[in-house]
Amino acid sequence: MALLEAQNVTKSFGGLTAVNSVSLTVERGSIVSVIGPNGAGKTTFFNVLTGIYKPDHGSVIFDGASIAGQRPDQITRQGIARTFQNIRLFNNMTAIENVLVGMHARLSAKMWQIIFQSPSVRAEEPRARARARELLKFVGLEGRYDELAKNLPYGDQRRLEIARALATEPKLILLDEPTAGMNPQETLEATRLIQRLRDELGLTVILIEHDMRVVMTISERISVLDYGEKIAEGKPEEIRANARVVEAYLGRGAAAGH
Amino acid sequence: MSTTSLPNSPFAALNRGPLAYVALTAYILVTSALMLMNTRTSLGTDVLFILFLLSFLLLYRAKVSNSYKLALGAIMLIGVVPYFGTMNAYYIELAIQAGIFVALAIGLNVVVGFAGLLDLGYVAFFAVGAYLWGIFSTDQIGQISPGASPVASQLFYLFMALGLFVGAFFGVLLGLPVLRLRGDYLAIVTLGLGEVIRVLAVNLDRPINITNGSQGIKSIARPPLPDFLRALFPGLNDPQLYQLFIYALALLVVGLTVLTVFRLKHSRIGRAWEAIREDETAAIAMGVPLVRMKLMAFAVGASFAGVMGVLFAAKQQFINPPTFDLIRSIGILAMVILGGMGSIPGVILGGVLVTLLDLQILPRIATELSALKRQGIVIPDWFDPAQYQRALFGLLLIIMMIFRPEGILPDQRRHEEAHATEDQEALAEVETGEATPA
Repeated sequence: MALLEAQNVTKSFGGLTAVNSVSLTVERGSIVSVIGPNGAGKTTFFNVLTGIYKPDHGSVIFDGASIAGQRPDQITRQGIARTFQNIRLFNNMTAIENVLVGMHARLSAKMWQIIFQSPSVRAEEPRARARARELLKFVGLEGRYDELAKNLPYGDQRRLEIARALATEPKLILLDEPTAGMNPQETLEATRLIQRLRDELGLTVILIEHDMRVVMTISERISVLDYGEKIAEGKPEEIRANARVVEAYLGRGAAAGH
Repeated sequence: MSTTSLPNSPFAALNRGPLAYVALTAYILVTSALMLMNTRTSLGTDVLFILFLLSFLLLYRAKVSNSYKLALGAIMLIGVVPYFGTMNAYYIELAIQAGIFVALAIGLNVVVGFAGLLDLGYVAFFAVGAYLWGIFSTDQIGQISPGASPVASQLFYLFMALGLFVGAFFGVLLGLPVLRLRGDYLAIVTLGLGEVIRVLAVNLDRPINITNGSQGIKSIARPPLPDFLRALFPGLNDPQLYQLFIYALALLVVGLTVLTVFRLKHSRIGRAWEAIREDETAAIAMGVPLVRMKLMAFAVGASFAGVMGVLFAAKQQFINPPTFDLIRSIGILAMVILGGMGSIPGVILGGVLVTLLDLQILPRIATELSALKRQGIVIPDWFDPAQYQRALFGLLLIIMMIFRPEGILPDQRRHEEAHATEDQEALAEVETGEATPA
């Protein structure tokens, strides 16, 4: 059974339908991309999947249970993690603290246990820190644990966001433009990291991405949104050859001239 | 900036190494001794008292072992201060007031400093605690339910614990309607709710007389003086012992408050609060339940105020609504901001400093100026120093916010936050500077 099944998801703001009856099925262990021109509704679709917006219509089934209309923290608990298009780290917290916040739902310390420093809390905290360091190592931030998030270079901030998302122990990770603003070298490294998420951690990945080289290299399937509607879906080579996609990206004239 | 440049100053040698132990101990000994030799309330004693209090700051900043710090700090708090207090009641009263407000500032710091929820009605929870003991320990309880008699004063400790829960309950109650609000809106609504509590205290003398209205509640019971205190200090009279007793209780509450908040700050809960302050959307997307965590911050902050309210009522033996007005809330907020939002040592310092300014330093300046005026030193007739006390306080706040917006002892991160924008401005100036010649 598919890990994620979104059926006819619709979300509108006032008169504008940002996402119009979009369906998406994601198989376990796959890497899927959602592409489309600016304003196509990709991020809104992500926000519906992660509970930041409630869908007006449609259903979202994740791992066999309906999650549409649940709160973001509840959805995260069930195993969907995400990063943001414009990096949203906790800037004035250190790298390791950012990751520790991601573990919030997976730690069990209750207020009274913390106040009285119960044995379980005293054992849990160092374990969490060790795990956080592991995750930071995994994304390539070894030794930068105590640096404030805002002082990290841009590329490292993107990595930290991924480490923080991994800390929630997800089954599915949504990456919103993970290579935006990166130079070719950084993009290459980011692409490798995304592949490792699947190959080494066994995660399922959905990404929104504008860099077509990245999209075409790592996606198994691609969905294309335009004006809030899904206009195409398929393997990378099918999408490359799809006339409606070329038209959406380059305009009708270019498509005709092709 | 001054904190970071300290190692380069000529005093650097005094701040670390064996010399630090000597210098620190010497300073504390000298100021303590001088203070204990001058017990009459005067300008000189005021100055010595403040110099003595400064040793806590030095203690905090000096690079000596933590156990040594703890030992010295304990000697000063448990030994020197109360001993001095037995010789001059005014100064122990100052210490008690400072303790009460430090605990309040620490509580408000949980809400404002940690979770980033601006609360202008915090004193309401202090009022709830005070009225709790005020009503139950006096005949006021008979007004509410005829025939009921005041609870035994031995139950005071039970009521301190009760104050914790009642405070927390009201914290959640007042937190609920403001959960969706942020920043300015939140501040205004909490201000309103705080005023509602005060107005209720004024008007709930009808139809059932619960609060005794604007007349307030008199003759509030005090906890009985423990016998062992009398046995321990046979040379002291009961009022002196009583002050020591209240001082010890206040110190205990402050100590427990600090410990609790310190542990919460460095835990899963403290990190969640901080994450909410930084970015709510990101926090909830990382699995932090916003509503729960915000209510928890309100409850924890309010519970400390509830406990201190009970103690305050017993200490004052009289409470009335004006004690719990908006200015009081703002005063506590000023302690938090002046000391350093989010920083526990900073907020303690802020609490002590604002209390001293309010009760000691500013009145002292006013009396000294008035004395000069009487001696014919040129101070214009229309200038009444006592009337200008609060203006001076306001001026101090303004100066602080301009030159050290992050507070006196900032949370390390806040410190960098405040100065990062400074760096950016400096950078922008450099860039525009380069652009202008072209």
